[in-house]
Amino acid sequence: MLDEETKLTPRVVFPNKVLPYLLVAPQLAITLVFFYWPAGQALYQSMLRQDPFGLKSKFVWFANFRKVLADPAYLNSIKVTVAFSLATAIVAMAVALLLAVMAEKVVRGKALYRTLMIWPYAVAPAIAGMLWLFLFNPSIGSLSYVLRSLGIAWDPLLNGSHAMILLVSAAAWKQISYNFLFFVAGLQAVPKTLIEAAAIDGARETKRFWTIIFPLLAPTTFFLLVVNTVYALFDTFGIVHAVTGGGPGKTTETLVYKVYNDGFVNLILGDSAAQSVILMVIVIALTAIQFRYVERKVHYG
Amino acid sequence: MATVDLNDVRKVYAGGVEAVKGVSIAIPDKQLCVLVGPSGCGKSTLLRMIAGLETISSGTIAIDGKIVNAIGPTERDIAMVFQNYALYPHMKVYDNMAYGLRNRGTPKAEIDSRVRSTAKVLELSGLLDRRPRELSGGQRQRVAMGRAIVRNPKVFLFDEPLSNLDAKLRGQMRVEIKSLQRRLGVTSVYVTHDQLEAMTLADMLVVMNAGLVEQTGAPLDIYEKPASTFVASFIGAPPMNLLSLSTGSSATELERKLLGLAPPGGRAATLGFRPEDAELVADAEDRSGALMLPATVEAVEPVGAESFLHCSAAGNRIVIRVGGRTTAKPGDKLRITATAEKLHWFDQGGRRLDSASPSF
Ligand SMILES: Nc1ncnc2c1ncn2[C@@H]1O[C@H](COP(=O)(O)OP(=O)(O)O)[C@@H](O)[C@H]1O
Ligand SMILES: [Mg+2]
Repeated sequence: MLDEETKLTPRVVFPNKVLPYLLVAPQLAITLVFFYWPAGQALYQSMLRQDPFGLKSKFVWFANFRKVLADPAYLNSIKVTVAFSLATAIVAMAVALLLAVMAEKVVRGKALYRTLMIWPYAVAPAIAGMLWLFLFNPSIGSLSYVLRSLGIAWDPLLNGSHAMILLVSAAAWKQISYNFLFFVAGLQAVPKTLIEAAAIDGARETKRFWTIIFPLLAPTTFFLLVVNTVYALFDTFGIVHAVTGGGPGKTTETLVYKVYNDGFVNLILGDSAAQSVILMVIVIALTAIQFRYVERKVHYG
Repeated sequence: MATVDLNDVRKVYAGGVEAVKGVSIAIPDKQLCVLVGPSGCGKSTLLRMIAGLETISSGTIAIDGKIVNAIGPTERDIAMVFQNYALYPHMKVYDNMAYGLRNRGTPKAEIDSRVRSTAKVLELSGLLDRRPRELSGGQRQRVAMGRAIVRNPKVFLFDEPLSNLDAKLRGQMRVEIKSLQRRLGVTSVYVTHDQLEAMTLADMLVVMNAGLVEQTGAPLDIYEKPASTFVASFIGAPPMNLLSLSTGSSATELERKLLGLAPPGGRAATLGFRPEDAELVADAEDRSGALMLPATVEAVEPVGAESFLHCSAAGNRIVIRVGGRTTAKPGDKLRITATAEKLHWFDQGGRRLDSASPSF
């Protein structure tokens, strides 16, 4: 007799004892070489301090971490990152939700509309950054021309807030397509009779959206919030690099960008490594949240 | 509180399907009107047009004398119970019931007292803090009812509200809905494909077929005088026996004899009689002016209080109801009789033939 579990998840049984290990070997090798090894290196590096000429290094335990966490520039970078990530996630999700709701109402050309909405997702981050950079370049950008003619002294190269707005726009723009897809699917999963029942119950369109549709989208929204935050935190290096390079000053230097700046530009390897270890801890925490709550979604019904 | 008047209502869906082909019904105040018909005949479409969930292609619908064609569901002041209940899954039972009142700006204290008193009537008091997924099918059904009742609307609309329940619960709820509707005195339109539900609930029964009304009337009037072969075979279980008889030169001797019982005019083409109106007679006996039909038993269905004999007669399959137990067995030859006033006659097109034909 098979027990319940084996019946539900049939297992492949290999007659050969070695074959299964051979089959997972490439995957294991890749993970070892490209993740565990550099991660270990980073961890080791984060506890070393080099002299300014890079000739000697000394093992200093957690001194680099203490130094980094006490550094006002690092604390500033945390603030910048939180602001940037939240703004990017919220803008990307809000715009995508608005577009998805509008796409639901389109009667003709629905498929075309959706396809066009999805394209930006295929654009590489650096290209997206360049696109926005050019559009909003203070001297040659067509949109900055429009802004300036509206009386706004637009200058992302000198004004930190302007730089941040530009960065958030570029980062959010890229993520809108992805969010749009999920929101369209989420909206389609809301039973039509619920909306009809709410209409009969006297709720007008806006009310129906906020009291019925939006709460039922909660699982999708939560999932996207995690995904967008992770994206804004870790996948926006290319955009930051292309659009602002962390400037002006350090107003748009996110944590990831600071790792690069300190390590590869300023060559303070110990600090940079300590920062990347901190980032690694954040990623692990976010992944844990994702596995714990998102994978087993909030279900109604 | 309200009348509902449908005047030559039609519905053509975007794809070109004509679901409702000109229906006129006048539902008096406080009445429970049941729309019954086979699946796909346009009942739900008609109900949804009354609710304002579907546009009306042509014709008018008036609630309380006021034409509502251009008024959306939000303003029609109706309540609807859906087949799948359509309870808001993220809200507790209390909030499900309070939702409609809140949307209409009812004061908090009044909402609370109305929700609680309605919950009491429907025996939901202990469940107000649960979410729909924590309820059984029957309980969900009650919440859906409660959500409709608590608003005290002009009209109740029901779309097959009991079809997701098991047979026993369905019987119970049927009785309950009827008595609630009586007590509240709210004009109601109830859609079902179940003729038993239709017969037992309706003050006014509307039999529909293929987007058209076949017959309107009191349930027992329709049962006793079905206007067409469709109604005759749809209302009543088991359905009325219908023998299609060939007329003219191809008619057999038996068919000619049977047609002799038909009302004068010679247009009769189908003879009908209900399973319970037939009797078995001894071989020798012959009753003039009554139906005499030889039949062969093909199957016997004992149900307990009664038995149904499935027979073949004059080239048709018929069913006879006999009280209690029966000794009949497959292969037995029987003679069936029914008095002339229990016979129903229909013409070639399936329309009822009567001396005083009902004018529907
Ligand atoms: N939204 C729709 N679009 C096109 N055709 C529809 C739609 N809804 C129902 N129909 C068609 O209209 C007819 C009547 O449907 P319906 O009113 O649901 O019947 P019933 O409730 O009596 O089973 C059916 O032929 C059905 O296929
Ligand atoms: Mg239906």
